Amino acid sequence: MTATPRAASAASPPAPAPLLSAQQLHVAFPGRHGAPPVRAVDGVDLDIRPGEIVALVGESGCGKTTLARSLLGLVPTSSGRVTFAGSPLDYAPRALKSYRRRAQLVLQDPSGSLNPRHTVYDAVAEGLRIHRYPGDERTAVAGALARAGLRPPERFFLRYPHQLSGGQRQRVVIAGALVLEPELVVADEPVASLDASVRGEILALLLRLRTELGLAALVVTHDLGLAWNIADRVAVMYLGRIVETGEVEQVLTAPRHPYTRALLSVLPEAPGEPVVLTGEPPDPSRVPSGCRFHARCQVLASGEAARAGVADACRTEELPVLGAGTGTQVACHWVRAKAARAGAG
Amino acid sequence: MKPSLLDVRNLEVTYPGGAAAVRGVSLALDAGQKLGIAGESGCGKSTLALALLRLLPPGTRVTGEVLLDGEDVLAMKWGRLRAVRWAGASIVFQGAMHSLNAVHRVGDQIAEPVLLHSGATPAAARKRTGELLEQVGLPAARAAAYPHELSGGQRQRVMIAMALACDPRLVIADEPTTALDVMVQAQILRLIEELVAEQELGLVMISHDLAVLADTCDRLAVMYAGRVVEEGPARDVYEDARHPYGRALSAAFPRIGDPAARFAPRGLPGDPPDPAGLPPGCTFHPRCPVALDTCGSQDQPLRDAGPGRRAACVRVEVPVGAGPGAGAGAGAWERPGTDAGQMPPSAVLTADGSTRAGRDDGSARVGADGSARAGADGSALPRTDGPAQAVADGSVCAAAGGSARAVPDAGAAVVSEYEDGAPAAVSESGGGTP
Repeated sequence: MTATPRAASAASPPAPAPLLSAQQLHVAFPGRHGAPPVRAVDGVDLDIRPGEIVALVGESGCGKTTLARSLLGLVPTSSGRVTFAGSPLDYAPRALKSYRRRAQLVLQDPSGSLNPRHTVYDAVAEGLRIHRYPGDERTAVAGALARAGLRPPERFFLRYPHQLSGGQRQRVVIAGALVLEPELVVADEPVASLDASVRGEILALLLRLRTELGLAALVVTHDLGLAWNIADRVAVMYLGRIVETGEVEQVLTAPRHPYTRALLSVLPEAPGEPVVLTGEPPDPSRVPSGCRFHARCQVLASGEAARAGVADACRTEELPVLGAGTGTQVACHWVRAKAARAGAG
Repeated sequence: MKPSLLDVRNLEVTYPGGAAAVRGVSLALDAGQKLGIAGESGCGKSTLALALLRLLPPGTRVTGEVLLDGEDVLAMKWGRLRAVRWAGASIVFQGAMHSLNAVHRVGDQIAEPVLLHSGATPAAARKRTGELLEQVGLPAARAAAYPHELSGGQRQRVMIAMALACDPRLVIADEPTTALDVMVQAQILRLIEELVAEQELGLVMISHDLAVLADTCDRLAVMYAGRVVEEGPARDVYEDARHPYGRALSAAFPRIGDPAARFAPRGLPGDPPDPAGLPPGCTFHPRCPVALDTCGSQDQPLRDAGPGRRAACVRVEVPVGAGPGAGAGAGAWERPGTDAGQMPPSAVLTADGSTRAGRDDGSARVGADGSARAGADGSALPRTDGPAQAVADGSVCAAAGGSARAVPDAGAAVVSEYEDGAPAAVSESGGGTP
């Protein structure tokens, strides 16, 4: 079933030590005009191992972008910690600068993240200049462009972003992230603004970089198909927390959390009756008590949770934060009750 | 016979800069039907949507016919056109963020077309606004909200309410769910489907996501470089596309659980072509994984590719027994405007073009329903004309092809009116060819 060919070091037992790790991470933004603080990331444990591609999926406003940015030290955390290669993230400017040499961000909209007055060469060389790269700048830029699939690189050196297509621009952004030879890239919706036919090419590029360079990646997306295409593991986020995590084959083909089930059921090709949740995720400054999904939960609404005897727990009892391990984990009272019953019976 | 709700015939749009954005598109849609148009940015699908209601910027050359209930939108007087916009056909624009006015309450924006078109009193318009909002699943009280107070999905609902304000017969939805989350997308699609079914609307839905279109629509047309390259029943096109571009689009969004897509994202090398400088021959050949040598010089017409299906690819096998008669039947659904390009003159002369023989350069034009004939004497098909010749002929045919059908008199008049301008379009669109 899950015997899909796997690349690189992703799943060789025993699991290697995580490259990037978040522990009990919280990020809150102060509320305006005395409103309660916005708990954008509300307790997350997440590990990314070397050479592993993890997809972080969720709807807009669920905190996935804030989590990604806090992992790169771009947003101060309120509590909890981030460790990279075993040592906690140091927020001193000098330390952050050297951290960002090893962990790079690829932004969503390539048109917005490239300076229209910089040539492709300047855009890619900027990181080298900031970090006072000792080697030959021209060779490094050419190498990065070639790795990102822009060949021959010299032809692109003097082009401006407006002279490139959308897919080429995204390749330039990726080349800019690759030029410092990082160990990890965090890609925020890397293909959301690209055409359907170009999308596959960029995803194939991320996969190839993992195979060739052992690059680890955290891909933030709302696109479950993307996770199926390239990720080893997936973490489903809802309202600041990860509600289900595990191997892609497990989570996407046999989802257990009602939210994951609903997300998968509304995809155009999904089997069975679609579960269209009503409304939108609640405001993260007013996280509901109990299970944070209970107000929209189809299992609770249908009375299924009450039959399993967990309806009260759903409304009042908060669920623990899921661990960062590789196994499948679900933050749901109903799933836990079912599993406990199956175990006992 | 009752005319189709929407019948687009050989539509061509050329922007002032010379970019041929739509190059001979023919489509038909009946009330209660849903037609999906798929393609990536720059393929002309949004231009097509705007052309249907003559919303293109001044200086744009539009030829062909857009028959809405049998009446040609392109030939309408200004006053009639104003009446038809909103009340006859309306558009749900892409990107609700930018299409709503940020400084007006959404209720006032929905009420505006009601006030202008039905001459309702302000109180009646307010009441209607409340009804419309409830119809799209928003509380009527949200009429007092400004766009920034609404979420993306709510704004899209407001756009839909606005499009329904004057009870149009046809709704054109341009990327109605792009940039929305999966769950909100599912809500909006379900809403659109319900409204179409309840009100017997015709829906033209434009998207780059073939999976979404296949799920929502009855028929699908795949566009590439300003032309329809494949069309047929939505599920068939999605599951078993005949044109290599259709196949690439349907593979771009993987089915979850499909082991073949795991760690194997599928894309298409290269970039969509620039409408101002299209490649010669089949416009898809530079990116085509199965291109033949001849594809670089020969344009490909839409041809029969199974029941109710057509595709514009040289590799599409013509079904056995598809004689000229059967072909003509299919040709009536959509007239392939530009297929005469590689029709050898001899074949053309034997064609049923006698009625049009008096017109100029009939040889090129008469081939207009040549997809069928190509089946009849398929051997003639892969004849190599010079590329320049092929393009020039094809374009002349495209411009004049409308006359090949000459169904309503009004339409024929319009076509002849445009005929003089056609050679100009030829030189423009053919400019990129060596």
